[in-house]
Amino acid sequence: MSLNVSNLTVHHGAICAVNQVSLAVPTGQLAAIIGSNGAGKTTLLRTLSGLNKPTSGTMNWMGESIMGVKAENLVRRGISHVSEGKSVVPALTVKENLLLGAIWRRNAKEAKQSLEEVTSIFPRLGERIEQRSDTLSGGERQMLAIGRAIMAKPKLLLLDEPSLGLAPLVIEQIFQSIKDLTQSMRLTVLLVEQNAMGALKIADLGIVLNLGKVVAVDNAQSLIADPVVRAAYLGY
Amino acid sequence: MHKFKVGPVSSFFGFTIAGLIILLVSSKLDDVRVYQGATVMMFVIGISSIILLTGYSGQISLGHGAFLGVGGYAAALTRNNFNLPVIVCVVIGVLVAAIAGALIGLSAARLSGPYLAGSTLALAVGLPSIVNQFEILGGEQGLFFDVGMPPAFLGEGFSPYRWFFYSATLAMLISLWGLRNLLNSRYGRTWRAVRGNDVAAQLSGVDIARSRILAFTVSAGIAGLAGVILAMTLGSVSPGAYPLVLSFSLATGAVLSGVNTLGGVMIGAVTLVAIPEIADSISHRLGGSEAVTTNLPGILVSGLLILTVLFVPNGPVEQMRLSRNKKRAHAGR
Amino acid sequence: MINLLNTFLNGITSGAIYSLMAISMVLVWRSTRVVNFAQAGMALLSCYFGYEAVQRTGSFWIGLFIAMLAGALVAAIIEFGFMRILLKHSSQGPIASVGPIIATLGLLGLIKGVIGVVWGNADVLIEPPFSVVGFTIGENTLTFSPLKLLTLITVAVLLLSMTWLFQKTNLGLALRASAHEPEISRLAGIKVDLVRTLGWALAGAAGAAAGMLQAITGSGGMNPNSIEFMLLLVFGFIAAVIGGLDSMAGALVGGMILGLVLAFTLTYVGGSLVFLTAFILLLVVLLVRPQGVIGQKAGRRA
Repeated sequence: MSLNVSNLTVHHGAICAVNQVSLAVPTGQLAAIIGSNGAGKTTLLRTLSGLNKPTSGTMNWMGESIMGVKAENLVRRGISHVSEGKSVVPALTVKENLLLGAIWRRNAKEAKQSLEEVTSIFPRLGERIEQRSDTLSGGERQMLAIGRAIMAKPKLLLLDEPSLGLAPLVIEQIFQSIKDLTQSMRLTVLLVEQNAMGALKIADLGIVLNLGKVVAVDNAQSLIADPVVRAAYLGY
Repeated sequence: MHKFKVGPVSSFFGFTIAGLIILLVSSKLDDVRVYQGATVMMFVIGISSIILLTGYSGQISLGHGAFLGVGGYAAALTRNNFNLPVIVCVVIGVLVAAIAGALIGLSAARLSGPYLAGSTLALAVGLPSIVNQFEILGGEQGLFFDVGMPPAFLGEGFSPYRWFFYSATLAMLISLWGLRNLLNSRYGRTWRAVRGNDVAAQLSGVDIARSRILAFTVSAGIAGLAGVILAMTLGSVSPGAYPLVLSFSLATGAVLSGVNTLGGVMIGAVTLVAIPEIADSISHRLGGSEAVTTNLPGILVSGLLILTVLFVPNGPVEQMRLSRNKKRAHAGR
Repeated sequence: MINLLNTFLNGITSGAIYSLMAISMVLVWRSTRVVNFAQAGMALLSCYFGYEAVQRTGSFWIGLFIAMLAGALVAAIIEFGFMRILLKHSSQGPIASVGPIIATLGLLGLIKGVIGVVWGNADVLIEPPFSVVGFTIGENTLTFSPLKLLTLITVAVLLLSMTWLFQKTNLGLALRASAHEPEISRLAGIKVDLVRTLGWALAGAAGAAAGMLQAITGSGGMNPNSIEFMLLLVFGFIAAVIGGLDSMAGALVGGMILGLVLAFTLTYVGGSLVFLTAFILLLVVLLVRPQGVIGQKAGRRA
């Protein structure tokens, strides 16, 4: 198990957003975290990437604790987080946004290589490489955000609602790209989504959160088949 | 504990009593202290104008000294050119300052935060040079403002300084009483509502621009009153009497007093007047050079300002109230 | 004709200095979202260090270098030791929005007072390194002197260096990204706090340069209560607002516009209205086009 979270509790002031959450994700697998609004999914991710401070519990990545590690240092441990909303810097160009992801490695040659890799995975980005990011469409921005995260050569990828606000066709493409990336780069991925069906379809593991608590953990296919999950989250 | 609501009439009695107490205490003090007292009253009025503008209406002004200047100059010009009774000149000073406030407020209402701060600062920095241009304002030297001798009923040889103090105190009591009632009225509530959340206020039907302009107008008028008092104590008006430092002092005094309540306004005013004295005695004790003596007051005031913003941002009065409420909440658990 | 040339050249010279000051303020604004009124004081302090260097070495250039170095250090120390604490403490209460601004005012007073104690309140003079006698074209002597030409060249060099830094280096990329989106930058592994301090250091150096250039092209004397430095602050602010508080290019454009407008006002209307013109220009921009001449966002409610 490369990602191991045990009894994690996170408070927003007086409100308990994440309540004794435990989960374990094996290396190289894609775990989908689903649940309705306010279930604590985003808070969970933000705590893993060091943006929020947990109240109690443990978080381990690759056998080492990541509690209290500052967000900017987690990249060096191989964790990349694409936060909710379009996680790009609009005023910078596509190229600059991508290079931003590789800055911390301080290796211009490697950065260039990664840039080529990313543009081959997302050719649209290659076409628009010198354009300002705020000229991109919603789907392209999401690709850019994911591309930037990849530039950091992560081992663990945290994705927060990548499908938010995108057209159905684009959502399919994004999800497919995520699945391909997970396999080709041997990533461990935590995918938080409100689009439960789309997420579960590409995932290996499924975790259901409600009001900050884990209410179900199973392999994704079983969750899709589960009538309770279907009624609550899959709309049928 | 049952909260006792103090309305305009009951507070009138409160202010009258306060006035009598001040009268009693000051009769024991010498002329120098009494003169300082007049300056304190001037600062009380000035600071209260900032409390209205910044604490209640949420608009920052780093150039309020300009309105003091407008009030003082208007009063002086009226007195010198038309020889009207002093009280009329005072009223004119206040009105002209209020009009200036309305004009500035028209622009200011649409600005916020750093833009408003920068613009009012620009005004304060540039005003002396603007004033110097007009002959009628007496240039660098300024104009005289002679309020005449103390009235006959106070007796022969009544100290003019004490007269200044009485006038200043009366002005302070009246303006503070009026301001307090204004702040407790629906106007005050509207200002606070806009300051708190202007979108919500707008949705509740408040005309934000009008509310803010009104705040600027009233605040400027009160500041004008302070300016007239200052002119009275100095016997003149000049660019040097209303420098940039005055604007900063007022802002500082407001923060020291607690920018959103009128209750602590005396604290800020007394501190501002006391600091140069304290600085003097400190530097004498340290045997400091002239450089130290001149600059120590500024250093102390600035340091105090920074510490206040850091540790007592709501002002001492509010801070005590907050900690009292906290203790009560803890005890109640 | 000669008048026109004079006015134009004087305008761009003073405009250059305003641009530099404006850039200093824009850098601070973008990295910390605070208008730092203490910047005038910090620039002044740096210039006093520069003055000391000039006194000891006799070279203005060493003085300028030392001043910029001092500016960077002073700014970094203030950002690290003062601003961070300030912003952490004043995020609550009704004074939240105006607290930091007033505190920077307090800092300004503190710096001025300390300068007065250490160096005294009397004017100190920095010798200009070049002649102040104007160039001659044919029979006419311009007011534009080698000194002013040098000022222009210095500012141009500084601006070009900064632009190169921001656009072509990783540090510049980190600076820009952190200013726009600090959270995304953190997630990308950028030490945003450190970068912010660096941004302030750059701002401090720019402000110091502006101050030194102002000291030699202005009336010549510096003192802690100098109205000239306050004017530099105000004009820098106005220039930044004209150009749009968000961009360096804007600061340059704003400075030039302000410099030229004021120069023309001085020559053709009269010295008395110079400040009033600047103030009116400020108000017009703020009310008509708050995002500045170059700015892109619609409406500015900071």
